[in-house]
Amino acid sequence: MSNITINIDGKEIQTQEGTFILNAARANDIYIPAICYLSRCSPTLACRICLVEVDGKQAYACNAKSKDGMSITTSTQNIDKERRAIMEVYDVNHPLQCGVCDQSGECELQNYTLELGVDSQSYTVKDVARPSHDWGHLHYDPGLCIVCERCVTACKDMIGDNSLTTIARGADALNAEYKAEMPKDAYAMWNKLNKSVIGLTNGTDVLDCTSCGECATVCPVGALVNTEFMYKANAWELKQIPATCGHCSAGCQISYEIKDTSIENPEDKIYRVMNEWNYVSLCGAGRYGFDYQNKDVTKEVSKFNLAIEAFKKADTIKFTSTITNEEALILQRLKEKFGYKLINNEAKSFQTFLANYATLSGTRLYSSDLKEMANSNFIVSIGAALKTDNPNARYAFNNSLTVNKGAGLYFHPVSDPIVDSMSKNIMSISHKPLQEEIALYLILDLFGDKEKLPSEIVDYLASFHSTKTITVTETIKEKVVEIVKEMKLNEETGEEEEVEVEKSKMLPKKVRKEVEVDDNRLLSLLGAAETFTESLEKFLKKKETFSLVLGADLYNHPNAKNCARLVALIEKYSAFKIVMIPTLTNTLGVSLINTLDDKAGDYSIAYNTQGDFTLSALGDGDLDMPAINQQEGTLTSINKRVNPTNVAIAYGGYNLNDIANALGLSQENTIDYTIELPTSKGFLEKSFDSLPDYYTNSGEEMRGYELKNIAKKASADEKVSKIDEALSMKNENLIYLANPVRQFSEFTNKATNLDELSGIYMSEEFLANSELNAGDSVKVKSENGEVTATIISDNKITGDISLIPSFDSKLNSEALFGFYRFARASIQKV
Amino acid sequence: MKNEAFNDRNVSSDGYFKVDIAEYPTDGWAKFTRVVRRTFRAELFVGLWVVLREMLKFDIHTIQYPLEKMPIGPRYRAVHEMKRLWESDAERCIGCGLCEKICISNCIKMDTKIDEHSRKEVSEYTINLGRCIFCGYCAEVCPELAITHGGEYENCSEQREHFIDYTGMLTPLEMMANGTQKEFEGFGAITPHEDESVKKTPLSY
Repeated sequence: MSNITINIDGKEIQTQEGTFILNAARANDIYIPAICYLSRCSPTLACRICLVEVDGKQAYACNAKSKDGMSITTSTQNIDKERRAIMEVYDVNHPLQCGVCDQSGECELQNYTLELGVDSQSYTVKDVARPSHDWGHLHYDPGLCIVCERCVTACKDMIGDNSLTTIARGADALNAEYKAEMPKDAYAMWNKLNKSVIGLTNGTDVLDCTSCGECATVCPVGALVNTEFMYKANAWELKQIPATCGHCSAGCQISYEIKDTSIENPEDKIYRVMNEWNYVSLCGAGRYGFDYQNKDVTKEVSKFNLAIEAFKKADTIKFTSTITNEEALILQRLKEKFGYKLINNEAKSFQTFLANYATLSGTRLYSSDLKEMANSNFIVSIGAALKTDNPNARYAFNNSLTVNKGAGLYFHPVSDPIVDSMSKNIMSISHKPLQEEIALYLILDLFGDKEKLPSEIVDYLASFHSTKTITVTETIKEKVVEIVKEMKLNEETGEEEEVEVEKSKMLPKKVRKEVEVDDNRLLSLLGAAETFTESLEKFLKKKETFSLVLGADLYNHPNAKNCARLVALIEKYSAFKIVMIPTLTNTLGVSLINTLDDKAGDYSIAYNTQGDFTLSALGDGDLDMPAINQQEGTLTSINKRVNPTNVAIAYGGYNLNDIANALGLSQENTIDYTIELPTSKGFLEKSFDSLPDYYTNSGEEMRGYELKNIAKKASADEKVSKIDEALSMKNENLIYLANPVRQFSEFTNKATNLDELSGIYMSEEFLANSELNAGDSVKVKSENGEVTATIISDNKITGDISLIPSFDSKLNSEALFGFYRFARASIQKV
Repeated sequence: MKNEAFNDRNVSSDGYFKVDIAEYPTDGWAKFTRVVRRTFRAELFVGLWVVLREMLKFDIHTIQYPLEKMPIGPRYRAVHEMKRLWESDAERCIGCGLCEKICISNCIKMDTKIDEHSRKEVSEYTINLGRCIFCGYCAEVCPELAITHGGEYENCSEQREHFIDYTGMLTPLEMMANGTQKEFEGFGAITPHEDESVKKTPLSY
């Protein structure tokens, strides 16, 4: 990659070598029409409308790479003719039902048809019956579909579900005359379009995916729409509220789209959530879980006074990390002023992990983010249920695999068919719980720079290696010479006669061979496949950039401190860049802002959790609080960014700032605290109103600001403790604290469109081999406690470990677990 | 630019003429004499005599509103109506929201939803007649000739806000049975010979 200059329509622009011309043009505000191309995805070449002339030759801007000195013309007479013909073709048989179409007003077919001035039609083909499909949360109307394949591309390249594909349309062939008389590209595009529609990869008409709805969002027409939004509102009636999603730590850019509830009820209602889909992809929870606001709350002075009394009485504040940075700062100020103990176990373990990591790495924060991860080409994930802990981390992983020709390793005890199916260049290692340390040692062993690593560690790693002799069968090609009789014409006599000809052939032959190979005991400890070394060698070809993504299994590991130190060593002595998935929405922010305590006192105030006096945004506490979609403030994301969010739905009650003011702090609004966020921890001294919230045309994120990664003096003591091989859990009767797809917390549980059932999730395979059936009520008992739950069959996990979700507080799943996310439990039918 | 064209204020050539009005008195004496003259000429009784004469003749041209009403032209823009399809009596309105968007006094609102046949259905539709300026844009923009103006101009109410709802605007079904629904000829209606200006789309059927 080097900086080059190209010329588009007489304008000199600077870009990187190899950038697609379309992206270079867009980054420099030069307009080239394009329908099927999605930024961050591989070019589809379905619409062909991005046709440009490069040095006198026609090329597609979406897949032609920039070279130094290129001269590009975006519009010539011929290109204009092609574009006009392409748009005419798209309008062939397109129903004239814009009046009822949900996309009307933001439809790219409408826009381009008008822009290219298509006022008459020259082409025609007989249409076939194309009935619409009900795919659960999606509705697909092939009659409106222009088969740009953007949904297919997004599902494959961004999301990784590979649920959609093109299937045969069964239409009549095009009139043969068109081939000669039509512009060439328009004909080729039409010929392909006329043969396909969108269908499901599984061959049925039942969609089974992670239900993110990104396909419907990228659809340029009204073919794929969200069922729950259908015919409720027109695009132009909705008011956009720029916000940050409050469900997980990815901190995705979203905009809540609001309008009056109905003619009778003028209160605002969120109709849908949209995103800048060229630069950010949402998960199902972000897309459909928007109505979790605390409704119909009024200011009740008596309740407020009770709260103030409770605060005066209390010595502890318990809270979760689904709060804004400003609220976290208010809690910290209250602690400083009144000496409250702040209790937040999940943030505490992340904070401790970060601190232990920082003592060796020399930086307070991890080095990388999801964007860098998506752009790297070798990714390792350890200790994270990637699909559900942070869907965007999975998208980044998948994006690297599909678009960057990347490869990766996925270390997790619960094997995940969704992760496995992202690419064939991903290898899952289902180790036993508590073996995350071994996985980290393995990474250090495989990728660490042995020359720089402390000698103790090098020796320790070497102790796992031995050589062994194995017999391998190799296929080699052998030269075999045969004598073949052939009939040949004798030129002299004119007769055919038999001639013997020598012919040599290469024949494959299997040979058994004894070879000495290196035996890595770390691999057998982890239970990696025999072919691991061989596959890894293939995976590592042409790989330059490495990312390591870590999850909550490590922060809550009994040896979390050692894990953190190993992670720091990996970063220091290998090419890996680190991303850590903060456990909840604002865990990173809380861990930076708050000084957290270990032990609670006698009387506790609980914010969105259980305690003696509860403040709750869920509407079930002693005093109501606003939910994230009713608040102004900032959230710190996994990308180390402080993202602003705004009020989508009005809130009529008291908030934390009112309580703080009554207790003696004085700020008019919660957002007055934004500027006061601790600069010593990397926050910037910026007021809320000065924070930007947009993406530039080149895809640069201009939301809030990035935290400064403040350097810290690294400790010279690089000792790490050795692996305790006895430390592992047998894969029997294990339960794991993780949520199903689209659920994160009690807030997603409250959203009406997210209807996942709560219970104990078991893989289909496990259920088939046990006496249990889906729907059975079971008693789950661990050493920490017991709960009763309903069995739910989950085809998005495999293996013997059952998942217990945390999104439903009625289940009280946390009672079963200790510090670690895995626990042994007995499961009995009730 | 020359101003001569604007300076010529002689409009009489188009059939207009200036009314012969006497000069207005400028000094006090002239004003005084005019008052005296007008007072004693008993001009008032000239007018009263005309009224008396006409009253005795019993030939009165005043329309006795509200007992009598003027006929309204077919293009008159009074209170809105929602038309039905002649073929099926179904509502013409498809809920596209264009009238709501174009309305310059923001008085139209509609709620839509998906019906049991997976079609878009208008579940409620209101116009605030207290705000409506009867400009006719809604009728003009309507792609289905659904919302039109009617002849009903009596829409006084006790409050500024005065809503009519969907059922109140829809043509009653008895009228459809009688075939007495009237097409609107004003804003938005199809003009004669409109089909001559339409380009036809080729079809393979």
